[in-house]
Amino acid sequence: MGFIAGLGLAEGMALELTGKEERVIALRSLTSPLVCLLCCRKFELYSMAWNLKEDLRDCLVAAAPYGGPIALMKNNFRKEKSPGSRPLLEIYSASGVPLASVLWKSGQVVQLGWTASEDLLCIQEDGTVLIYNLFCEFKRHFSMGNEVLQNHVREAKVFHTEYGTGVAILTGAHRFSLTTNIDDLKLRRMPEVPGLQKLPSCWAVLSQDRVTIILLAVGQDLYLLDNTSCSVVTPPGISPHAGAYVQMAVSFNYCYLALFTDTGSIWMGTSSLKEKLGEFSCDFRTPPRQMVWCTRPRSKQRAVVAAWDRRLLVAGKSKECIQFILDEDSYLVPELDGVRIFSRTTHEFLHEIPEASEEIFKIASMAPGALLLEAQREYEKQSQKADEYLREIKDQNLLAEAVRQCIEAAGYEHEPETQKSLLRAASFGKCFLDKFPPESFVRTCRDLRVLNAIRDYQIGIPLTFAQYKQLTIEVLLDRLVLRRLYPLAIKICEYLRLSEFQGVSRILAHWACYKVQQKDKSDEEVAHAINQKLGDTPGISYSEIAARAYDCGRTELAIKVLEYEPRSGEQVPLLLKMKKSQLALNKAIESGDTDLVYTVVLHLKNELNRGTFFMTLQKQPVALSLYRQFCKHQELETLKDLYNQDDDHQELGNFHVHSSYSSEKRIEGRVAALQNAVDEYYKAKNEFAAKATEDQIKLLRMQRRLQDELDKPYVDYSLHDTVYGLILDGNHKRAEQLYRDFRIPDKRFWWLKIGALAEREDWEEMEKFSKSKKSPVGYLPFVEICMKHHNRHEAKKYAARVTPEQRVKAHILVRELDQAADAAIEHKNENEMNLVLSKCTAATDSSVVEKINRAKAQILKK
Amino acid sequence: MPCEITGPQVCLHKRYCTGLTIGFLVALVNQSLVSADIVNADKAMGRSRKYKIIFSPQKFYSCELVLEEEGIYGDVTCDEWAFYLLPLDDDLLSMELPEFFRDYFLEGDQRWISTIARALQLLNSLFGPFANTYGIGRCAKMVYEVWRELVEESEGDSHARRPEISHVFLMDRDVDYVTALCSQVVYEGLVDDTFRIKCGSVDFGPDVTSSDRSFKVLLNAQDKVFSEIRNEHFSNVFGFLSQKARNLQTQYDRRRGMDIKQMKNFVSQELKGLKQEHRLLSLHIGACESIMKKKTKQDFQELLKTEHSLLEGFDIRESTSYIEEHIDRQVSPSESLRLMCLLSVTENGLIPKDYRSLKTQYLQSYGPEHLLTFHNLKRIGLLTEQAPGETLTAVESKVSKLVTDRAAGKLTDAFNSLARKSNFRGISKKLGLIPRVDGEYNLKVPRDMAYVFSGAYIPLSCKIIEQVLERKGWLGLEEVVRLLNGNEFAPTEPVMEENPAWEAQRVILAVFLGGCTFSEISALRFLGKEKGYKFIFLTTAITSSARLMDAMLEAKV
Repeated sequence: MGFIAGLGLAEGMALELTGKEERVIALRSLTSPLVCLLCCRKFELYSMAWNLKEDLRDCLVAAAPYGGPIALMKNNFRKEKSPGSRPLLEIYSASGVPLASVLWKSGQVVQLGWTASEDLLCIQEDGTVLIYNLFCEFKRHFSMGNEVLQNHVREAKVFHTEYGTGVAILTGAHRFSLTTNIDDLKLRRMPEVPGLQKLPSCWAVLSQDRVTIILLAVGQDLYLLDNTSCSVVTPPGISPHAGAYVQMAVSFNYCYLALFTDTGSIWMGTSSLKEKLGEFSCDFRTPPRQMVWCTRPRSKQRAVVAAWDRRLLVAGKSKECIQFILDEDSYLVPELDGVRIFSRTTHEFLHEIPEASEEIFKIASMAPGALLLEAQREYEKQSQKADEYLREIKDQNLLAEAVRQCIEAAGYEHEPETQKSLLRAASFGKCFLDKFPPESFVRTCRDLRVLNAIRDYQIGIPLTFAQYKQLTIEVLLDRLVLRRLYPLAIKICEYLRLSEFQGVSRILAHWACYKVQQKDKSDEEVAHAINQKLGDTPGISYSEIAARAYDCGRTELAIKVLEYEPRSGEQVPLLLKMKKSQLALNKAIESGDTDLVYTVVLHLKNELNRGTFFMTLQKQPVALSLYRQFCKHQELETLKDLYNQDDDHQELGNFHVHSSYSSEKRIEGRVAALQNAVDEYYKAKNEFAAKATEDQIKLLRMQRRLQDELDKPYVDYSLHDTVYGLILDGNHKRAEQLYRDFRIPDKRFWWLKIGALAEREDWEEMEKFSKSKKSPVGYLPFVEICMKHHNRHEAKKYAARVTPEQRVKAHILVRELDQAADAAIEHKNENEMNLVLSKCTAATDSSVVEKINRAKAQILKK
Repeated sequence: MPCEITGPQVCLHKRYCTGLTIGFLVALVNQSLVSADIVNADKAMGRSRKYKIIFSPQKFYSCELVLEEEGIYGDVTCDEWAFYLLPLDDDLLSMELPEFFRDYFLEGDQRWISTIARALQLLNSLFGPFANTYGIGRCAKMVYEVWRELVEESEGDSHARRPEISHVFLMDRDVDYVTALCSQVVYEGLVDDTFRIKCGSVDFGPDVTSSDRSFKVLLNAQDKVFSEIRNEHFSNVFGFLSQKARNLQTQYDRRRGMDIKQMKNFVSQELKGLKQEHRLLSLHIGACESIMKKKTKQDFQELLKTEHSLLEGFDIRESTSYIEEHIDRQVSPSESLRLMCLLSVTENGLIPKDYRSLKTQYLQSYGPEHLLTFHNLKRIGLLTEQAPGETLTAVESKVSKLVTDRAAGKLTDAFNSLARKSNFRGISKKLGLIPRVDGEYNLKVPRDMAYVFSGAYIPLSCKIIEQVLERKGWLGLEEVVRLLNGNEFAPTEPVMEENPAWEAQRVILAVFLGGCTFSEISALRFLGKEKGYKFIFLTTAITSSARLMDAMLEAKV
C-alpha cells in the first residue's frame, strides 16, 4: 500500500489513496492548480518478520543507516527488573529477519550504535565499548578512558563523519568525551561547561569544517563545545518566548539543526546557527521521543519529522504540517534522502517526493513525463489516444525531457510494477527519438535490478537509488559479503560484468576465508571444497585464505590450503608466522627466490638456537651456501662456527690460512693461525696442505730472522722470491741453506740462481756455479740469460757447453751463424738448416747461406 | 659493468651488494651514488650528504641487510635498475655478470638464477615465444624451470606470434671447461687475451697506437675493418690487413686525374669514410704488431704445441714437465694455473704424484695463499687428483725404477689411457673433436670449427650445439650426455618449422651460463654461415682462460 500526502495552501489537506495509477487519473480531473510547498510520501518497505515480545520503547534500539541491520537489546536500565537476568542482544535485517542473537554477559549497556562498516558498538556504563559483527561475534573492545570509567556513562551517541565512526560520551560528571574514529582511537575530553550542575536537557554532535563539536542545551541556554572552549550561542530569529530547549536534531549531512522547545515551537536553521530556515509551532508541549530531519540531497525542501508515542508530525517551512497517527511504538532512522520508520509490525519509508515523480504523479499533471506515461498506457490498450498524448509532447518538443523524467522517476519507485511501467513508457518514448543516448536507460534498468534483488525480503537491504549511488557498488558488495550472501554478491558481479579481480575473485576469497572458520568440517573437506570452488580463479590468494585459517587456530588446514598456492613465494611468510620454518625454507628454495631464502634463513637464525640452526642449514645446501656467502662478508666468526659444527676441517684450515694473511698482522699471530690450520688439515687428512702450511710457518720464521739480521724486507715473499732475493744480495750461503731446508728441486734452484746472478751481473760467480756440478737444466738457459743481459761474451762460453742437440739454437742465440750452420750441417738436420737460413741476411751472411745451400744440395743428392 | 666502480673501497662491498653499480652523478653533486663505505667515510669526516644507491639488475634482500648492518640504512635511498641485457654487438648480448661464474659454480650461490630467467623472459616477450628450448647443465635446467614459471605467470598477454627465435640452447660453463682454457688464436679472442676487451671496447695502449696516447676503441660489427677479421685465424689477419691497406691506397690514388667536380664529390662523400677506415686500419695493424711481438715468439709456439698435445692426449709426461718448468721459471701465475687445469680437465685429474709436485712448485713460486686457490680449483673441478685405484701409480713407480724417466713417462701414459675412463677423451672420441689431419690444415679456408684452434680441436661446447640442432634433440648422444653428467633437456614435442623458408634462416639463441669466449662465438658464427643459421649469443659475461683463473684466485688483498 502506498499513500501520498500533499500539503498545499489551496487545499490544506492530506490525500490518501490506494493505487497510484488511478490516483493520477482521479486527480487530473481536478482542474484547480495545486501549489505544493511540502510534498512527501510514506510507503511500506516490509512488514516485519520478527516476532517481538517487548515494546520497542523497552529496548535499546540501533539501526544502521543505508538500510542496515537493526540491533535490539532489552533495556534493563530503564525497567530495573531483577538485576540477575541477562538481556538478549538480537540483530535483525531491516526486514526483521533474525541474523543472530547472543545472551549479553558483559556489563550494563547504555547505548548501541553501528559503525560505517556495519559493526555493532555496545557502549557500556563503565566506558568500555565492545565491538561485535553482524553475527554477534565479538571482535574487540576499547575503553573511553579513566574519567569515563570513574564517572560512568550517562548518555552516548555514535556518529559518522569523514574521519570514520565516532563515539561521544556524556559522563556522570557532566563532561563530554569523544573520539572521532574508533579505528584510530584518540580520546578527546571536551572543555567543561561552566556552572553545569545537571545533565543537559538535550545535546547533539555536529561536524563543521572537519571539526567535531558538541551542541548542548541547558534550559534556555545553548552551549557550543569545541576542542578548547565553551561558548554560549543563540539561534538567530528565535522568539524570546520560545522557552527551554528539550529536543534537538541534526540532519544527516550535519547541515541543518532543529530545536524543539517546551512551548511546542520547532526552530529550524543551519547547524552553523547563522541562518534561520523557519519556525513551526505545534500543539504539543511534551518533547517528542525522536526528532529527525527528512531531507534529500540537492533539494530545496527540508522537513523535520518528530515522533511522539502515537503521533508523527512532518513540519516544513510553511505554517502547515502533515500528521500521521502511529498505531504502535515506532523508531525513526534518518537516511540520506528520507526517514525510515519501523515498528513491531511494519517498516516504512518517508521521503520528500522527488521532482520527477511529482511531475508525473501530481494530480492533473500536464508534465511531459506524465503525458508519456499516459500515452504508453493508451498504446497498450491499442487506443488512438496514445497518438494524441504523444503529439502533445512532441508539439512542445519535450519528448526527450519526458523520457528523461520517466527514467529518473523509475529510479525513485519502490514497487517493481511502477518501475516497470515508467521504464516501459521511457522505452516507448525513446522509439520516437532519433538520438537519445541509451546509457541512462540501461544503467537505470541494471541498477534497479540490483536494488530489487537486495531489497528482497530475505536479504532485507532497503536501499534507495540515491543511497545506492552514494554507497557505491563496491561497498554494497562488501556489505553482502559481510552478511555472507556470497552467491548473491557473485551473481551481482556477474550481472554487472565487474572485472574478476574486483568482483568474483574477491568474493570467492571472502567466502573461502569464511569457510575455513567452519569448525564442524574436517581439514581435508574444507581444503578440498575451497580448491574445488576457487580453482585457478585469477586474483585468488590462497595464502590469504590460509592466513585466515591460521588466525582461527587451524594450522593444519592453513598448511593444506597453502598447498594450493601456486607461487611458492607467497607461502613463505605465512609458514614463517606459523612457525613452520622448515617447510618455509623448503618452499623458499623451491621458489628459486634467493631473497626469500635469506629471509627465512635470518628468521631461523633468530628463532632457533645456534646448534639447531646450523643443523637445519646442513640439510639445505642451497640455503647453506647462501648463508655462507653472507657470513664470508659480514660475519667471519660465524663462518668458523659453521665449519666447526659440521667438522669441516678442510674449510677450517682454509679459514685459518686466510686469516693468517688477511686479518693477522703480527708474525706471531700469523704463525699461530697457520699452526691452527696445520692442525685442522691433519684432522682433515689433507697431509699435503698440512705439510705446505708447516713449510710456510718455517719460511715465515726464517724470513723474520733474515729480516732482523739483514735489515731487508723478506716477509711475505714466496720461497722462490726469497731465495732469489738472497742470491741477488750475494747471500749465497743462506740461499743454499733454504734450498736444502725446503728441498727446492735442483732445476728450479739452478734457474733461479742463474737468473739472479745475471741480474746481479755476477758473471764470475755464475761461471763458478756452472762448474760446481753438471747443470740439471743444461747450459742453454745460461746462454739465454746472458744474452738477455746483453753479455755476448759470457754467453759464448756457455754456448760451447750445450748439448749437441741444442747447439744450433745456442749458436743462433749468440749470433754465431757460421757455427750454427756448421752444427746443423753436422747434424744433417734440414729443419735446423732452415732455421739458420731464416736468421741470415743477404748482405752479411752470404757465405753462410752458400754453405748451407751446398749442404742441403748434398743431402738431396744422397 | 657499464659504469665503472668508483674507488677501491667500494669494490670490497661489491661482492655482497653484488650487482651494485656505482657512479657519480656529475650534475648533482649532492646526489652521488655511493655505497656503505663511502657513506661511512663521509660520516667520519662529518660530511652530510644525500645518497642514492642504484642496484642493478636487482636489489637483493641481502643488500638491504648489509646497509642495515653498516648502520646507514636510513641515510640512503635505494633504487633498482632492472638492467638485464647489454647488447655488445649485433649478435651478442651480455648480462655483464662476471661474478656469476664464481658465485654459482664455486660458492653454489643461486641468486642469479632468477635474474637470468628474467632476462630470458624479457627476450621471450620481445621476440615471440621461443619455439624449442634445449640445454645441458644443472644451472641451465634451473634457469629453464624458473623461466617456464615466469612464462606461465605472464601467459595470456603474449599473443600467438610467429616465433622469431626458433631455438634456444642453454649451456653451463662447467659442461666444457676445456674450450675456455685454451689459448685463443682467432683475432678477436687474441685481442681479448692480450688487451682484455671490456664491455665491447678495448684500450689500445701507446705501443699499439704508436703515439703517446692510448685509444679506446669499440669493437663490434660497426667497425668495418674489425668485422672482417674478428673471426679469422690470426695467421690470416696480417695478410688481410696489408691487402686492405693496398686497396685503401688505390682508392686514395683515384684522386689523381680527377677533375674539380669529381674531386668535390670524392671529398664530400668518400674521404671521410676512407679516413675513418684508415684510422681503424692503422689501429688494428698496430694491435697485430703488438700481438705478434708477444705471441709469435718461440715460447708461444711451444705453449700452443703443449696445449695441442694435451687436447690430443699425447706426450703427457712431456707436457707435465713443460708446465713444471713454466712454474719454476715464474713465467706467469695465471698461465701456469691454466695449463695445470687444462692438464687436469683433459686427463680427468692429475696423477697424485704430479698433483702434489705441481702444487708444491706453484706454492714455492707464488706464495702459500694459493693453497686456497687450489682448494677452489678442486672444488669447482678444474684441478683435481685422480682417485686412487683409477691409476696405476704403483706399477708406474716400479717401472720408473727400471727405466729412464722419459720412457717411464710414456709407459705411464700408456697405462693410464688403458686403465682410466677419461671423460674428456671419451667425449672427444665420440664427437670427433680432434680432426684427422691429413696434410696441413688450411686456415684460410676452414672446413670446420676447429679452425678457431688452428685446426687442432673443435670446441666441445659448439660441437654439442651443432649436434643437438642437427639431431633435433639428444637422441644418439646418450653416451656423451652421460659423460657430461646429464642434466640435459629438450622440448617434449619439438616445434617443427612447416615452412622451409623459415628453416633456411633459423635464429638460434645460444645462452652461456658462466660466460663464453670469443673463440666459441667465432666458431658458432662459422657454423651459422655453413648451415644457414643465425646465432644470437646471450652470456652472463664474456670470459677467457685468464678471467676464469682470476675468478678462482685467492690472493692477498
